[in-house]
Amino acid sequence: MKVPLSWLRDFVDIHLPVEDLARKLTAAGLEVDSIRYVGLPVPETKAGERHEFKSDGIAWDREKIVVAEIYEVMPHPNADRLVLCDLFDGREKHIVLTGAPNLYPYKGQGKLPRPIKVAYAKEGATLYDGHADGQTLMTLKRTKIRGVESYSMACSEKELGISDDHEGIIFLDDDAIPGTPLADYMGDVVFEISILPNMARCANIFGIAREVAALTGQPLKKPQIREQAGGSPIRDLVKIRIENPELNPRFVLGLIRNVEIKPSPYWVQRRLRLAGMRPINNVVDATNYTMLEIGEPLHAFDYDVLVRRAGGQPVTIITRTARPGEKLTTLDGVERTLSENNVLVCDSAGALSIAGVMGGQESEITEATRNILLEGAAWNFINIRRTAREHNLPSEASYRFSRGVHPALADVGVRRCLEWMAAWAGGVAAPDLVDAYPLPPVDPTVEVTPRDVRRLLGIEMSAEQIADLLRRVEFECQVDGDTVTVKTPPYRMDIGEGVVGLADVLEEVARLYGIENIPETRMADPLPPQLGNPAYEREEHLRDILVNLGLQEVITYRPTSQEREARLGIGGEAVRIANPIAPERSILRRSLLASVLDITEKNARLRESLAFFEIGPVFVSRGNDLPDEPRKLAIVLTGKRYSQAWDSKSSALLDFYDLKGIVAGMLDALALRGVSYEPLRESPIYHPGKCAQVIYDGKILGVFGELHPTIHARYEFGNAPVLGAEFDLDLLLSVEPVYTIRPVPEFPPVLEDIAVVVDDAVPAAQVEALIRQTGGKMVTSVRLFDVFRGEQIGRGKKSLAYSLTYQADKTLTDDEVATVRNKIVQRLQRELGAVLRT
Amino acid sequence: MLERIEQIKKEALESLQKVQDEAALEQWRIAHLGRSSPLMQVFSEFGALPKEERPRIGQAANQAKQVIEASFSERAQAIQEMKLNRALTEDTLDVTLPGRDFRRGRLHPSTQTMRRILAILAEMGFQVFTSREVETDEYNFQLLNFPPHHPAREMQDTLYIQAEGRGDNPLLLKTHTSPGQIRSMRYFAALNPDNPPPIRIALPGMCFRAEQITARSEVQFNQVEGLAVGEGITYADLKGTLADFARRMFGQNARVRFRSSYFPFTEPSAEVDVECFVCGGKGCSVCKQSGWLEILGCGMVHPVVLQNGGYDPRRYTGYAFGMGPERQAMLRYRINDIRYFWGNDMRFLEQF
Ligand SMILES: [Zn+2]
Repeated sequence: MKVPLSWLRDFVDIHLPVEDLARKLTAAGLEVDSIRYVGLPVPETKAGERHEFKSDGIAWDREKIVVAEIYEVMPHPNADRLVLCDLFDGREKHIVLTGAPNLYPYKGQGKLPRPIKVAYAKEGATLYDGHADGQTLMTLKRTKIRGVESYSMACSEKELGISDDHEGIIFLDDDAIPGTPLADYMGDVVFEISILPNMARCANIFGIAREVAALTGQPLKKPQIREQAGGSPIRDLVKIRIENPELNPRFVLGLIRNVEIKPSPYWVQRRLRLAGMRPINNVVDATNYTMLEIGEPLHAFDYDVLVRRAGGQPVTIITRTARPGEKLTTLDGVERTLSENNVLVCDSAGALSIAGVMGGQESEITEATRNILLEGAAWNFINIRRTAREHNLPSEASYRFSRGVHPALADVGVRRCLEWMAAWAGGVAAPDLVDAYPLPPVDPTVEVTPRDVRRLLGIEMSAEQIADLLRRVEFECQVDGDTVTVKTPPYRMDIGEGVVGLADVLEEVARLYGIENIPETRMADPLPPQLGNPAYEREEHLRDILVNLGLQEVITYRPTSQEREARLGIGGEAVRIANPIAPERSILRRSLLASVLDITEKNARLRESLAFFEIGPVFVSRGNDLPDEPRKLAIVLTGKRYSQAWDSKSSALLDFYDLKGIVAGMLDALALRGVSYEPLRESPIYHPGKCAQVIYDGKILGVFGELHPTIHARYEFGNAPVLGAEFDLDLLLSVEPVYTIRPVPEFPPVLEDIAVVVDDAVPAAQVEALIRQTGGKMVTSVRLFDVFRGEQIGRGKKSLAYSLTYQADKTLTDDEVATVRNKIVQRLQRELGAVLRT
Repeated sequence: MLERIEQIKKEALESLQKVQDEAALEQWRIAHLGRSSPLMQVFSEFGALPKEERPRIGQAANQAKQVIEASFSERAQAIQEMKLNRALTEDTLDVTLPGRDFRRGRLHPSTQTMRRILAILAEMGFQVFTSREVETDEYNFQLLNFPPHHPAREMQDTLYIQAEGRGDNPLLLKTHTSPGQIRSMRYFAALNPDNPPPIRIALPGMCFRAEQITARSEVQFNQVEGLAVGEGITYADLKGTLADFARRMFGQNARVRFRSSYFPFTEPSAEVDVECFVCGGKGCSVCKQSGWLEILGCGMVHPVVLQNGGYDPRRYTGYAFGMGPERQAMLRYRINDIRYFWGNDMRFLEQF
């Protein structure tokens, strides 16, 4: 909300510097987003220096920009579109050249009966360039235009930074005295303030002024409404019928006769513009001005139109929900089809306006309007919110109504607005108002004690102090011993009942006390029982293991698309987002591997080798219930095994065994002993001959392998094979690790290599298992260091070379080693037909 | 004979001066100290000498041998040193050639920042409590004091999950970690419903918003929330905790500033600014000259939320605070595009 400082000053004296006030408001929850200076001095900000608030604007030089008056408007000798003004700036007379179209009507009329007051800028004044796009500063210089010397000007709003209006020059109100520095007359500062949902009461100037008064200790000057009425009272002319008080708790009408529609006084127009609204005419401006001033949105009907529609009957205003298919042409000229949720203001002839959102065209104020029926009402904020959304009609009125306007403001708003209309449009209000108030709200009463303040806020405060703070924002407080009985004032709807109401009131105490004044303490409360989170701790441990193995962690989007996952052959039911931000983010991922492969593809051409892992959930649909969120680990490797150094030119690519090394390293680091790897031939993802499942205790912990060529071809990976793995994290981390550490041997080991030739079909794991079984405790390590195939050993055969470590609790003799070795060789020969290679 | 010995010594020492390397030295040793060297010859002729000359000659020969041997070892050492010096001067590398890459693993920057936050919180007594990512409207909003159609819901654009027949309780992707407040409170309250234990936990998790993916906004982001519930927890404690946390996270001199704010699930609520750790509060482009960085949202747990969690608001109070690791990483490392995080481009990831 845009808040002009001058307007605030109608209700509270402000002595603080502008930025200090902004800081106070911000701390109290009225965050000042920016400060715009419109004429008043802009504080100096040096480069590289803190300036807490975003600010812009222009200061009006007090010597060079002053109030002046034009006595006569004369034609320019050489130009039709320019005029010469005979002007007095309070000290001397000038001839000022201007092309302002709003002066044309006065051209050649001789001395004006009433001088026109203008904002006059002298030579050397700094202004915004009226002809440039946006705001460009310029300095007024002496020049000649079509043979006439010009060194000064009468300003438009754009030139002064009030608005972007450059249609004509400003005509000031008659109270402006020539020679007065313009900055003194109407220099201003506009605060842009964010209004939080629980501060709807502050979405008006008076509401902010109330906060300023409370925060600065200044008295609040309430608007004094002067009512002058005449003619027949309104109650004889208009009736109100409310069909659903839940949706419309209060409806108030006032009537004003014999208004003259014309522009508002300049100060009104200026305030509306500074507050971000466009002046229309005095009557419409009065409704907008009152809404901005005290927060009650108002609507003006052309009373004569209603009388005509009533066809001789008294005017009856009815509020009700729309009938199916009912239509209304709104102020903006759009015919709208209404839904049964929308509340309408109607008369006996039909709909007049969409309640609280937008007026109808037929009864709107025109140049010809003479008599006005003025509506001030209270609506259900949720209903208004829905309606404004449904018809995409955000407006200043619906903004306020959809956050909650207290029903007590309805009559205050109407009275205030009638006063402004009478002042600006010269009408006379009819005596009284018609006021239908079927559902007055209950303004809660809450009891607060110093103990409550201490318990929640940690500060000591007496009952009197609590009451003093709350009275500043108009709570009615009664102190009885230690108890303050607090009655919610009838302008706010954010205070609840019971424990909630207590918290609401304590929040006000904290805010008004100043949260910056609350001390910083350390908790004295006992520590809770320590429960730990083993699943989380193990997951983090696994991340460290994988990083230690040289992998890069990635974190990918949970929302993905069917198409993306289909590349990996993932299909079936998915958890679908009802309102996705884009089609490619429309389902929740079912495969972590698919996500990591996408990232691999993105990076494939950037680096010669990639090694990624991700840990996170996938989503398994359970129909209309919450989906399962099993956690997974995915690993992807691809590219060169060794990075290309300047002296080595190995072009070996990462393959199945590199990934298996990482998998084994990971399992080893997790202290998972006794894992087996079994070939998996029917995986749709992997090459049938290069895929293994990792089995522990009969459970499949995960699957890894080289990507199937057809799948590989669906990605832009380049030529290197891509290795992938996906593990069930919950299973992987549920296995209790075995942390039995063997003692370091005291006696020297005997190292020996043996090579055996076996049929190609014999799995290496079987050979190793036999060696270990036969070697028993004495063989402490079996490491395969070479696999060889060739003519020398015969077709269909392979040679497996192992490095064995023999170890015992004594120094082994050659004979002892030979005995074991022979046993191993004989067993391999017997069971696998192996031949010792020499 | 004595002259001969003197001559042998002289020749040996002279030729030793010419020896420059180990091979020549070995040759010299054989020639001058070996079995058939002239000096050894003298010793072998010793027996033929007249008895009375033997001591004198013997002494001279031994003396000569000692001198030659000493010179030999001196020379040997000199040659060793020469050899080493030569090796050290000649065997040099271009140290500016690049080293061979060693594949280094890394945690994602988001994980790194998350861990920093959680480690500090852990030392302050906040244990990690994790909870699910797809939530119900009830847990994400209603139990947190956001009634249906409440204006506060507009502060969070929600991604909903397709599901039928759920009425006012649709499925959604959690918009904040706060559903974990209810889940954790209910978990702890169930341990002892009449006397629920105090709570001090950190809730990390991925959150989601229906926002377009741009340099400034993301559809998913991490959040960490701290929650303390007990019988004597005050707003002053919240201020103290966050001031301590800020000093640990952003530097010992980091100052914090509290501004009143609004969240439906806390009351009073506040936004917390930390004095800009880039410029020390003087004003810079990171803090947009304001000297402050908006880092945290916090407040006292709303009585309705305590009640929904199984904690009687007349007996218990609590506070909660939340922050975003990605945002903190962006400020710390001056990253100006939030898309880098889930883009996972190696050129970004490699820098951490
Ligand atoms: Zn800074």
